[in-house]
Amino acid sequence: MENIPTTADIVKEENLVYKKTKVLTDNILSYCPGCGHGTAHRIIAEVIEEMGIQDKTIGIAPVGCSVLAYNFFDIDMQQAAHGRAPALATAIKRLLPDKFVFTYQGDGDLAAIGTAETIHACNRGDNFTIIFINNGIYGMTGGQMAPTTLPGMKSSTSPYGRDTQTMGNPLKITELVAQLPGTCYVTRQAVHTPGNVRKAKKALRLAFEYQGKNMGLSFVEIVSNCNSGWKMTPRNANEWMEDNMFPFYPLGDIKTPAKLEL
Amino acid sequence: MAKVKGSIVIKIEQCKGCEVCVPTCPHEVIALSKNVNGKGYHYLEMVNDECTGCTNCAVVCPDAVITVYRVKKVL
Repeated sequence: MENIPTTADIVKEENLVYKKTKVLTDNILSYCPGCGHGTAHRIIAEVIEEMGIQDKTIGIAPVGCSVLAYNFFDIDMQQAAHGRAPALATAIKRLLPDKFVFTYQGDGDLAAIGTAETIHACNRGDNFTIIFINNGIYGMTGGQMAPTTLPGMKSSTSPYGRDTQTMGNPLKITELVAQLPGTCYVTRQAVHTPGNVRKAKKALRLAFEYQGKNMGLSFVEIVSNCNSGWKMTPRNANEWMEDNMFPFYPLGDIKTPAKLEL
Repeated sequence: MAKVKGSIVIKIEQCKGCEVCVPTCPHEVIALSKNVNGKGYHYLEMVNDECTGCTNCAVVCPDAVITVYRVKKVL
């Protein structure tokens, strides 16, 4: 039995299998405990590290909880006016076409105030990547109803649940942009379980690869939780998301390019 | 007996105690501590030595506080 290693024997540099990527800075994330933003940040940073494009990636931070994303990524970042990240990304990509450009937006930013910019950028087919975090709520401002709030879902401005007669229907903007000719890759992923995180990372990798081949706009939606806005613990929020968000926002690829060779 | 052995190192002061990683562990190695860190969160700790270094906990951790080590071959 003397061969069973102790913790001190295992924790050595040669046995390392997973550590925090260098593309993330050492700043502590400003997000609530259990928020999907942190996981989404990490997998984006891991994809950038694996592709070796840290010095030629430009990220665009939105308005929302992730407005401080430039503090957490060790890449060039620019912050855009509310909803205008796709317009800014278009400008950057056209001026610096050899750079990898991505926008990181929430549902209030992308699907409410920035709908026009999103749809026209997708229709023009500019070569950048949109990463869309959908938690069905305006998280930063206190959990108000967003365009993506589910029917019957409670929020601080729909305390009896969203009534579609008076408050309208939820907007499936990912399906909407998949109809447009400018998008090459449209997918919906989640980051609450290890399997989903690994799939989402593959999808992000594909999105950046397609961008490198100038195939058009790639759009990755990540269905996420907002445990503070939903008034739940992180574990309950993830279970609630599986039971309620996924039937309405089914995961998987919505549009893939005709030629899949990479 | 060849058995995969692993271990994790947790950055206690950066852990926010969200518990998202706890149900992902196949061997129930991790749980929240009774103690709190400097921010007042119950941080993550290893409660037994069954860890296989599968990296599930590190992959779902929103704050990237977990570093995973694995011994490839034990004779």
